[in-house]
Amino acid sequence: MALPKIKQDATEARLSALDLPEGGWSARARGEALARVRAMGLPGARDEYWKYTRPDTLVGAEAPQAAVFDADEMPVFDAVDRLKIVFVDGVFDADLSDDLALEGVEIDRLAEARDIHWAQDLYGVLEAKGQSPVERPLAALNTAFASDGLLIRVTQTPSKPISLVYHHRSEVSDAILHHVVKVEAGAQMTLLENGPAAARFNKCMEVDLADTARLHHVRTQGRDHERRAATHIFARLGTESVFKTFTLTVNGVLTRNEVVVEFTGDDAVAHVAGACMGDGDFHHDDTVFITHDAVNCESRQVFKKVLRNGAVGVFQGKILVKPGAQKTDGYQISQSLLLDEDSQFLAKPELEIYADDVACSHGSTSGAIDDEGLFYLRARGVPRGLAEDLMTIAFIAEAVQEIEDEGLQEEIVGRVEAWLARRRS
Amino acid sequence: MLEIKNLHVKLEEEDKAILKGVDLTVEAGKVHAIMGPNGSGKSTLSYVLSGRDGYEVTDGTALLEGEDLLEMEPEERAAAGLFLAFQYPVEIPGVGNMTFLRTAVNAQRKARGEDEMSAADFLKVIRAKAKDLKIDAEMLKRPVNVGFSGGEKKRNEILQMAMLEPKMCILDETDSGLDVDAMKLVSDGVNALRDAGRGFLVITHYQRLLDHIKPDVVHIMADGRIVKTGGPELALEVEHNGYAGILEEVA
Repeated sequence: MALPKIKQDATEARLSALDLPEGGWSARARGEALARVRAMGLPGARDEYWKYTRPDTLVGAEAPQAAVFDADEMPVFDAVDRLKIVFVDGVFDADLSDDLALEGVEIDRLAEARDIHWAQDLYGVLEAKGQSPVERPLAALNTAFASDGLLIRVTQTPSKPISLVYHHRSEVSDAILHHVVKVEAGAQMTLLENGPAAARFNKCMEVDLADTARLHHVRTQGRDHERRAATHIFARLGTESVFKTFTLTVNGVLTRNEVVVEFTGDDAVAHVAGACMGDGDFHHDDTVFITHDAVNCESRQVFKKVLRNGAVGVFQGKILVKPGAQKTDGYQISQSLLLDEDSQFLAKPELEIYADDVACSHGSTSGAIDDEGLFYLRARGVPRGLAEDLMTIAFIAEAVQEIEDEGLQEEIVGRVEAWLARRRS
Repeated sequence: MLEIKNLHVKLEEEDKAILKGVDLTVEAGKVHAIMGPNGSGKSTLSYVLSGRDGYEVTDGTALLEGEDLLEMEPEERAAAGLFLAFQYPVEIPGVGNMTFLRTAVNAQRKARGEDEMSAADFLKVIRAKAKDLKIDAEMLKRPVNVGFSGGEKKRNEILQMAMLEPKMCILDETDSGLDVDAMKLVSDGVNALRDAGRGFLVITHYQRLLDHIKPDVVHIMADGRIVKTGGPELALEVEHNGYAGILEEVA
């Protein structure tokens, strides 16, 4: 079916502003991804999947300007013993990065194109698979045009996490990065991400977990307020593998985080969680699609949004249970804490189930701070403002607890406390 | 210590009077007990004194050491020395018990213009007090009341009371949900805090708790008023004759 003219024009306008990188081994995948983009067209305001989030600034030929943000606090994972890899406005920075060497892990850069590479079997492959049944054109655009990214293959559990750190130095930077993470059988790794990436950031990460592999992913987005970001994670889970991803988002005029998970092996676990803190001109969209195509897998989606001064939160979450995916355990909760009447939470939970022996539940709520808890704290002498902050921490706790490591949980809560404290004073 | 005069209270949302002229004075160093049937207004009295929303005082006064409690925010009442041990302690996920208590202790100190307690001092004090209440390090670390049994929650209330060292303690049905051993533990905790400078108001349905926390004065509350006041023997009378007998007698 031909695209509507207006969509075709918008897509070509964006494409004309981009150059296909020299791909080497990835050239073919990039060419195919470009064809996908042209076939699908970039998202438009009338697309059902973009009903609650305006895509125009994400797909426009030029990135809207975004002021460079300099934080007055220590970056979030600086205290963690880690292998640090830095991108400045989407450009790898060797001076700021550690050597890309970690026992048990092979790390290469996408930009260092060679003729053959293990990532050839994954790059753009999981993304392409994730285009059905719902189209994600920005991810295909990413596969075609990504300027760089990391190709991480974990063969043995490394001694420390890999930490991707982003810096934003240019008001007009328009970064497209694409990472591929493959964890081999029996290995596990923690992957951290933090920092403002660019004025506009399109990021895609493909994750392939072999049988019994584990990946823990913890990322923060913020406090660079004016940036726009569209991110995708495509994860494929083998038998008895575990994938846990958590995202804390603070500030940001526009963020859309999509997570697409497919269970292909039995007895695997995926936890997808996030908390966001929005104040004022803030629009945050979590869009999740989990496909159960294996037996006895567990998926959890836990999303909490704290919204004030007209901030907008969106959640679109789907659990698809395919025929034969018996003993599926699917859980989904999306909740918002609306700190005033101007803020808005839009939720579209969906379940589509074609197997008969499954347990799936979902819930979505919007509400104010719990009065009982607030009174309890105040009755102990905690002043109202601080008591409200503690109740806000309590509200996001269920999502934060999806992070396995207690130290990382504390890092995240510390950031939220600081965000709240800045607004109280 | 606590002086309540002619206190009239109604529910804010519906035009329903709950307290209809309560007069009560608790002296420093004394333990007063309030007993009464369900719906007599006992818990409302504790909530109104501690400043919970949803109630409207239509008449009367409540003073703590001469200061007007009813004009203060809940946190100001706490800093002034009022403590309510909740009938149903609230669970606060994501906030560690110890963090919560240190926040509360230091907020009160700050409100009174005192120096904050250092982390080291706080740790030392809370460890000793927790031990007396058989509260282990794990329970101190866990989120406030989350996953606590009924007895653990009540012990946690008493630990908070011990750490905050209030002048006036109100215990709202602290015996509900406690087995015999837990009741003994909680009562020992309360008795350890009995002091010439501190007043207690113990609200309960049953005489049982008063075997452990021996009151100086016992009040019977019915239909929003104190209808009878006496010594500890009044609690025994309730135990033997029920409220019906006493209410008939004062009617």
